[in-house]
Amino acid sequence: MSAPHILASPGGGGEFQAPGLEIFQFSPLWHGAPSWLTKPVLISALTVIIVCAFFWAAYNKPKLVPRGVQNVGEVGYLFVRDQIARPMIGKDGDRWMPFLVSTFFFILIMNWMGVIPILYLPIASHIAFPIVLAAVVYVMMIFLSIKHQGLVGYFKNMMFPPGLPKPLYIILAPIELLSNIILRPFTHSVRLFANMFAGHLLLAFFATVAYWFLIEKLTGLGAGVGVVGFLMTIVMTAFEMFVQALQAFIFTLLAASYIGGALHPEH
Amino acid sequence: MFLAEVSGNVGSIAYGLAAIGPGIGVGIIFGQGVQAIARQPELTNVIRQNMLLGFALTEALALIGFVVPFVHS
Repeated sequence: MSAPHILASPGGGGEFQAPGLEIFQFSPLWHGAPSWLTKPVLISALTVIIVCAFFWAAYNKPKLVPRGVQNVGEVGYLFVRDQIARPMIGKDGDRWMPFLVSTFFFILIMNWMGVIPILYLPIASHIAFPIVLAAVVYVMMIFLSIKHQGLVGYFKNMMFPPGLPKPLYIILAPIELLSNIILRPFTHSVRLFANMFAGHLLLAFFATVAYWFLIEKLTGLGAGVGVVGFLMTIVMTAFEMFVQALQAFIFTLLAASYIGGALHPEH
Repeated sequence: MFLAEVSGNVGSIAYGLAAIGPGIGVGIIFGQGVQAIARQPELTNVIRQNMLLGFALTEALALIGFVVPFVHS
């Protein structure tokens, strides 16, 4: 649904109606297009192109003394290495850098699409995208755990961590099993999804309030509400940019910590 | 006649309830984190790391509470 469409229809005209789930539903881009070709798909393809182009420009011809875009690329790389890979995975964290850097920047750009004019859609607000990313990490985590600890050792390390009083294991073992095998991929994806979903809904709400009270139904009393909505849209946009970057960071941090836990179970 | 009637979207009340626990938890995490940084400023990076990790794990509960009403309705 496009923005004018939402604003034209609410409740038959007379009353303000907050935007709901319908702002997340998109029909195909043009009439007769294949049904999967919608705005989120287009933006995610655009994100892939941006990320690839950025790193191509940064590292295509690396120089010993970096210039221009290579500087930015190196700062981004060092950030992921020093803040995520090395603290979470340890010494062999550098081996995982290609995966972590691409995950981090893909999610970061994907989220920031939510505050770029015209596009205005954090794609992670469709749960399909975070689920796939979390599933990749989940499958990798289980594969690495079994490879490095063995099938029995994996479950033993997970459910019976050493050094606790015996009766405690009755409670601990099922909780650990549930939280590691079932809840982990679920919360990993839902965390990213729900943050983007809530943020987009919030921005849409304040923007709709501003448009409705300042342009559609301009009255003396309503103008104040409209101005508040307008200012809140600006403030929330800044806040959303922060949250989007934080969520990209946290998603990658958790992915790294799951991988690290699979490689070194003693932690 | 009802003494106290709840009308409207019950999901929003559920979200309010779901936000209590994580709210307390996130407050404790950041409060203790800031205190730890004030005591050991040279460990700021490590503390911030673990603070954000704990924050992410705690916040998940509130977010699940936020999403469930939409899924359920």
